Amino acid sequence: MDLKLSPFPTLEKQMPIEHGRFEAYVDNGGTVLAVGGPDYCVIAGDTRMSDGGYGIQTRKYTKIFQLTDKCVLATSGMQADTLALQKRLKTMLSHYQKEHGKPMSTPAIAQFLSNTLYYKRFFPYYTFNIVAGIDEKGEGCAWTYDAVGSHERVKYASQGSGNQLVIPLLDNQVAKFNQQIIAGGNVTSQQAVSFVKDAITSAGERDIYTGDYADIVVVDKDGVHWEKFELKLD
Amino acid sequence: MNIDFEALKEPTLFDDIVDDLKFLDKPHFELPPNSNPGEFLQHVFEHPSAPKKLEFAHGTTTLAFVYAGGVVVAVDSKSTQGPYVASRSVKKVLEITPTLLGTMAGGAADCSFWERELGKRCRLYELRNKELISVAAASKILANIVYSYKGYGLSMGTMITGWDKTGPCLYYVDNDGTRLKGQRFSVGSGSTYAYGVLDSGYKWDLNDEDAYELGRRAVYHATHRDAFSGGAINVYHVQQSGWKKISTDDCFKLYQKYYDQVPINKPAAN
Repeated sequence: MDLKLSPFPTLEKQMPIEHGRFEAYVDNGGTVLAVGGPDYCVIAGDTRMSDGGYGIQTRKYTKIFQLTDKCVLATSGMQADTLALQKRLKTMLSHYQKEHGKPMSTPAIAQFLSNTLYYKRFFPYYTFNIVAGIDEKGEGCAWTYDAVGSHERVKYASQGSGNQLVIPLLDNQVAKFNQQIIAGGNVTSQQAVSFVKDAITSAGERDIYTGDYADIVVVDKDGVHWEKFELKLD
Repeated sequence: MNIDFEALKEPTLFDDIVDDLKFLDKPHFELPPNSNPGEFLQHVFEHPSAPKKLEFAHGTTTLAFVYAGGVVVAVDSKSTQGPYVASRSVKKVLEITPTLLGTMAGGAADCSFWERELGKRCRLYELRNKELISVAAASKILANIVYSYKGYGLSMGTMITGWDKTGPCLYYVDNDGTRLKGQRFSVGSGSTYAYGVLDSGYKWDLNDEDAYELGRRAVYHATHRDAFSGGAINVYHVQQSGWKKISTDDCFKLYQKYYDQVPINKPAAN
C-alpha cells in the first residue's frame, strides 16, 4: 500500500531521484485577492485553470472555498494540491466543530492553516493562500501566506499569477501608500466589491493565466454571499 | 500435518492500515518521496517543465545586544520572496513567552513555527517546574530541535533573549545547530552594515534612550545599504520585569529625521 502517512520515508519511497524525471508540481495559475472592511470582507478569484503552459484546461474552476459561515479560503497555484489542502482543512474543521460544539474562529483557522502548511515543509503544497472573513468582533480580516505557512494579518491581500499586477493597485487605493491627500471615510461593501471587480479585470487584461469568470465573495455578519462576474475569455 | 504459518509473518493490508492510523491523530511532517528531503526542493524545480520555483518569505536585518540596562533588540520589517517584497510590516521580534524574545532571520515560516513550538515547551516547563525557564535552557531546546532536522533544509538565524536568574542573557541559534552566548549579535543580510554601527557606538553603560537609539540607528543604516532590509524599525527592551516594546519607526521617516545630522549631506562651512 503506497498511501503511507508515516513520519519517515518508507522503504519503497527511498528510491533515488531520477534526475529530471519527477514532476511533483504544476502551476495552474490564477489570481485571488481580498479586501477587508470594518464589518465585511470581499474576496475575488478568477476561474481560469491553465495547464502550466499556454493551454486552458477549464474556464470554471473556482479557487475560493468556504470553510465556515465567517471564513473562506482563496487559493491559487496547483489545483491538485489545492484540493488536497481544502479536503484536509474541511475534515479537520468538522472534527473541531464536533469536539467543541462551535465552528473554529477565523483567526484560529488562520493559525491552523499555517501549521497545516508547515507540516508539509519538506514537501510543500504548491499553493498560495489567502484566508479571509470576519473575526470574533465582526471585523473584516485577511491573512496572506507563503507556501510553507509564514503568515500575516493584513487589511488587503493578493496572491497568484496576477499578484504583481494587482498589489500596487491595492497599495495605492486601499492603503493609500505614498499619497499626500488622503480621502477619508469608510468604504462600503458595495464600493469594495466594485473596486475588487476593477482590480481583477485589470489583472485579466495583462496576465494570460487570469480570465474567464471571477467569483466575488462577500463575507459579513449574515454569512457568505457568492456572485459570478464575467471577465474576458481570450 | 505441518501447517505453513510463514504467510502470517508478512505484513498484511490490515497492518498497513494500522500503521497509517497510528500517525493520523497526531501532527507529523510529510516527507518527499526520496531519501533526501534537504535537496528535494532544489531538484524538483530543475525539471524543464517545472513551474516557477517556490520562493519562501525571508527575513533580514536583526540585532540584539546586552548592556547595563538589559537587552535591546532592534529589527527591520521587510519580508522578501526572491526580489519581490512580500511585506513591509512583518513582526520579526517573536514574543515567545512574557519573559523571552526571539528574532526572525532566514526562513520566516521556519522561525515563526519553531519559536512558537519553543513557546509551548517553555510554558510546559514553567508549569512542571514552577519556575521560569532560563534563557540558556530555552535556547538549547531550540538548538536541539533544529539540530535534529540537520540536512532537512531548514533556514533560520535567530537570537533568543530574556532576563533570568543570571541576569540579562543573549543567545544566537541558527539552523546548523550553532548556539552561542554573546554580548552583541546581528543576523541577516544586513547584519554586516548593522555591526559596523553597533560596534562603533556600543558601550556597556549606555543609558536606555541611547541604547534604543543605537539599535535603531544600526538597523536604519543596514536598511539604507541592504536592499533586502527596510520597512519599519521595531525596538524592544528586555528588562528584569520582562520585555517591553519601545518603538516602531518607518525607515523613510527616520531618513528625514537623520538627514540633517549626517555631515556629508551639508557643504563644509569654511
